[in-house]
Amino acid sequence: MIPAPFEYHAPSTVKEAIGLLERHGDDAKLLAGGHSLLPIMKFRLAQPKVVVDIGRIAGLDKIEAKGSTITIGALVTHDAVEQSDVLQKQCPLLPETASVIGDMQVRNRGTLGGSLAHADPAADYPGAILALEAEIVATGPKGNRTIPAKDFFVEMLTTALQPTEIITEVRVPAIAGKGIGSAYLKHPHPASGYAVVGVAVVLQVSGGKCQKAAIGINGVAGKAYRASAVEKALVGKALDEKTVADAAAHAADGADVQADLYASSEFRAHLASVYTKRAILKAASRAG
Amino acid sequence: MAVSKIFGASIRRREDPRLITGQATYTDDLRLPGMVHACIVRSPHAHARITRIDTNAARRHPGVVAVFTGADLQGKINPIPTAWLIPNSDLKTPPHPALAVDRVRYTGDGVAVVLAEDPYAARDAASLVQVDYEPLPAIVNQEQAVGSGAPQLHAEAPNNVAFTWKLAGGDAKAAFAEAERGGVVVRQRFVNQRLIPNAMETRSVVAKYASSAGDLTVWYTTQNPHIARFLMSVVTGIPEHKIRVVAPEVGGGFGSKIPFYADEAVVAFCARATGRPVKWTEDRRENYTATIHGRDHITDLEIAARRDGTLLGLRGKTWANLGAYLSTAAPGVPTILHGLMLTGCYTIPNVEYEVVGVFTNTTPVDAYRGAGRPEATYLIERMVDLVAGRLRLEPAEVRRKNFIRPDQFPYATAEGLSYDSGNYVPALERALELIEYKRLREVQQQGPKDGRYLGIGLSTYVEICGLGPSAVAGAVGFQGGLWESATVRMHPTGKATVYTGTSPHGQGEETTFAQIVSDQLGLPVEDIEVVHGDTGAISMGWGTYGSRTTVVGGAAIAIAAQRVRDKAAKIAAHMLEVAEGDLTFDQGRFSVRGSPDRAKTIQEVTLQAYLAWSLPAGVEPSLEASAYYDPTNFTFPFGTHAAVVKVDADTGQVELRRYVAVDDCGRVINPLIVDGQVHGGIVQGVAQALHEAATYNADGQLLTGSMADYAVPRARMFPRFVTGRTETPSPHNPIGVKGVGETGTIASTPAVVNAVMDALRSFGVTHIDMPLTPERIWTAIHNKSDKKAPEVKA
Amino acid sequence: MKRAISVTVNGTKYSNEVEPRLLLVHYIRDTLGLTGTHVGCDTSNCGACTIMMNGRAVKACTLLAVQADGAQLQTVEGLATNGDLHPIQQGFWEEHGLQCGFCTPGMMMAALELLRRHPDPSETQIREGLEGNLCRCTGYQHIVNSIQNAAGKLRGTPVR
Repeated sequence: MIPAPFEYHAPSTVKEAIGLLERHGDDAKLLAGGHSLLPIMKFRLAQPKVVVDIGRIAGLDKIEAKGSTITIGALVTHDAVEQSDVLQKQCPLLPETASVIGDMQVRNRGTLGGSLAHADPAADYPGAILALEAEIVATGPKGNRTIPAKDFFVEMLTTALQPTEIITEVRVPAIAGKGIGSAYLKHPHPASGYAVVGVAVVLQVSGGKCQKAAIGINGVAGKAYRASAVEKALVGKALDEKTVADAAAHAADGADVQADLYASSEFRAHLASVYTKRAILKAASRAG
Repeated sequence: MAVSKIFGASIRRREDPRLITGQATYTDDLRLPGMVHACIVRSPHAHARITRIDTNAARRHPGVVAVFTGADLQGKINPIPTAWLIPNSDLKTPPHPALAVDRVRYTGDGVAVVLAEDPYAARDAASLVQVDYEPLPAIVNQEQAVGSGAPQLHAEAPNNVAFTWKLAGGDAKAAFAEAERGGVVVRQRFVNQRLIPNAMETRSVVAKYASSAGDLTVWYTTQNPHIARFLMSVVTGIPEHKIRVVAPEVGGGFGSKIPFYADEAVVAFCARATGRPVKWTEDRRENYTATIHGRDHITDLEIAARRDGTLLGLRGKTWANLGAYLSTAAPGVPTILHGLMLTGCYTIPNVEYEVVGVFTNTTPVDAYRGAGRPEATYLIERMVDLVAGRLRLEPAEVRRKNFIRPDQFPYATAEGLSYDSGNYVPALERALELIEYKRLREVQQQGPKDGRYLGIGLSTYVEICGLGPSAVAGAVGFQGGLWESATVRMHPTGKATVYTGTSPHGQGEETTFAQIVSDQLGLPVEDIEVVHGDTGAISMGWGTYGSRTTVVGGAAIAIAAQRVRDKAAKIAAHMLEVAEGDLTFDQGRFSVRGSPDRAKTIQEVTLQAYLAWSLPAGVEPSLEASAYYDPTNFTFPFGTHAAVVKVDADTGQVELRRYVAVDDCGRVINPLIVDGQVHGGIVQGVAQALHEAATYNADGQLLTGSMADYAVPRARMFPRFVTGRTETPSPHNPIGVKGVGETGTIASTPAVVNAVMDALRSFGVTHIDMPLTPERIWTAIHNKSDKKAPEVKA
Repeated sequence: MKRAISVTVNGTKYSNEVEPRLLLVHYIRDTLGLTGTHVGCDTSNCGACTIMMNGRAVKACTLLAVQADGAQLQTVEGLATNGDLHPIQQGFWEEHGLQCGFCTPGMMMAALELLRRHPDPSETQIREGLEGNLCRCTGYQHIVNSIQNAAGKLRGTPVR
């Protein structure tokens, strides 16, 4: 397995990288950790003429708490997300999600920005990013713009990024604390490890009732989505098993449920409900 | 038989130091001066006519040395032969060109080969070879392939039928008539799905041709270098004495490195045509289409039984998918190695069975770990459980009732084999004890917990190993012998080199063979080197497969070592000036009976054998001996495996909770190595039950074309296995061993499927085809649940 | 156009001109001749190519050699020191943690990081830690034992 030849650039600044994207347009592909791009290049499913390796740009690998927001650099690896004290304390959903991506070696190299930009609907981050109502900071020739998670995933393998934009940062809210619970549950494909169904849940509970529910689902549809019907059915209610099960039955409502060799769309929709139910109950138990 | 404690000791493997330091040399690690790299252009179509091949752009690519197509090979490379011509079957052997000439018959069929100075250039140029295809309708399912109107693969094989093979013993008709009257007949269709062997090392070949001498040397990922040499000679026309085949370190085979592939012939041709050494290494995607697959049977089976569970007869028909061409051993796998083992470890006196071997537009199918026997064991072990279920009998009880009894050995089966020895009940009882069968049945009675259903499954198996007596090989059409060669050579310093015609590639025989020789000659294991896998060093041999290496190769070594000892005894007696009969031999010392201080060590004797200053009359100098051991029968290891699963009824997910394997492989040389063989086998067998399936779409495209699609199992999918053993030595094998390379794979598949079906009993589900994926289980439960509410109790 | 890279592998510094598309595993095997690191798949699934890069286990088949410019690499050839086997190598040998040996270098390199993260790993931590490494021979149990054995040696406690 050998990639086709390409021209290689390793810019040391974001500005330089954007300049390269401007110059080469559609011919160029960004390379961060390489764990989304290189596999498809080896199969020659992608044959970019120019590869812009942003892995050496300094400063994009930091995780910082700023008030009620945590900013995560685009080059932060899955492993760094998983191990981050700040995130474990203030946004445990993200480390929990990162911990089940691929395997140890993949987590050591794969990056948050790379995974999001690739927008594989079976990746693990998108559900959590949606449930957290995160913001993606894209840097382009005209500077930064902030893209809300809900607008970021456009369709399978397509995001709201412009061809000359680079994800530089992801902002997630600090959501830990009393009355708040979150969980990510996944049914991994037995071969690839990608999510057949992955459900990320953030709940706010007070007075025994659900005040807010945010549920992001990946693996099920052509793009990750918010399970709004489920969320609506939870708010204002006590999260007993029956209520949760009834709500979770709507996990795939309105979704263009995908089918593959492993799971038909009917089964995948069913799994979505089961995992949604279990993830909600888990998050509820953590909301304390 | 063994005389010392080294036989039976869990010593560390002698092959490991090179493997754990990165010093081992696998074929792809070889770099020869002037070597060029080959990339084979393969058909993207399952079935098509080739209308034109344009290699000009590829030839012009920088670094390219040559490009060849099927036309270039014509008249120079003979068709790739099959080597198992099963009798009484009307077998058709259509030609298999090394590179397709005018027609491709499966996705992955080789069409052209590009040689370049480096692998990157070869890969680039391969994509520049222009092949125009005229697609033809394809057929992938063997049952449909024999039907009217199906696309035809070979003019020589009408209706795509390669052979129809029949087997009958006893009077099946009468048995079924009896069962229809007062007993029970259970019918079931079974699918033994297609599997991909997945040796971690893909295939690789390095070929070098010296035109001055006409010598061809081939380094090659093979399980059987001498067979490879023979077939290389047949295909290239280069005489055998001018060919040397070396199997360097080989990274697993599981049957997939038995066959002689078209690619090997292509690489040899390239080396001869260009005068440069040529290397070709498969990538994994290629491995999934160009290296053989295994299993792929569809079987309609019925079993006749009395109401007390006595099994009376077995009748059925199997459609065996052979793929697009007959691979080296393909015809023998679903017939001889499968049909003859149908009745398993039971006294079922009446059998009628038919196997139709079918060509389809898929990758050729050949021996994959177990080769025919896992398929047979799956059939009978599932059937026994179905009978037990129908009659509401305890599955263990039905097994006990029908086991061949110890006093019946040697036992003549309805299929015509003679089982050498066995004692099946103790293995079953031991397994039941280890898995805590009674307690688990009680737990099961309490009903599911958190929607998770407990299931316990058994598999009691017997397999045919130690392939095998050459006369039988000939009688069943195998185009080779199955004896084995060994040479034990003592060196003047008292160390030994052992040469074996087997070709281990992970099974650890460099260690177990040294243990055999150490046991016989009293040498430290460290003083014994085992050489294998080189036709230039070893006179002859038939290789490693069919759990034959230790059974046949080890026996040959034991005999050769005994011959060395016998000669050494003569020399020792001469040195000690006593009669040979006055000597005893223990732990490497010949001593005079009654005067233990008067002694000579084997090392002292060896030195004298080489100095030859004073040898007894008629004794020649040097100390080495060879043996060519041809077994009188196969060996028949057996045992019981038990699996405990929990099935999540909501997701259909199966969790393997516990697993017990009690195997009887006769005498055990190295328990640690035996456990390793069993563990690895279990994982492959469980993978067939739960995870793996090679799946084609109707157009013949392999949908599971990579390790990201095909579920090779991982560590976290398994609990810790518990192994136990009983020991029933083979009465005819010189060292009492029976073989253990395939037992795990053979036994585990039905154990796990039976466990899952046991878990689903309350839903009324009695059978689901493998692999038991979450969706298949959920669908089965779902369909049944729609019809009736599940009972609370199992 | 080729690019100049410098890497330190097992303590030795190498400088080469490489094609940007050259995979790190091919650089290690073909350019440097360190053939202990193997290639088992095309899809980053099997882990046979696992090496340490700047102290982290990575899959060398899913990296470009140019991405490793300036990095410290360790391969299986660098596990033993002065001819003394590393405790992980000893563990694999003593517990029969390998059969054909093809996955073993990658398996041991993954174990190296696994034990750095979990000096006293549970069986579950080991099995989950090996998610990125496939073995077709051993059924994994003896690999688990090997890593437990090595953990004991590395902690300086007696091993069974």
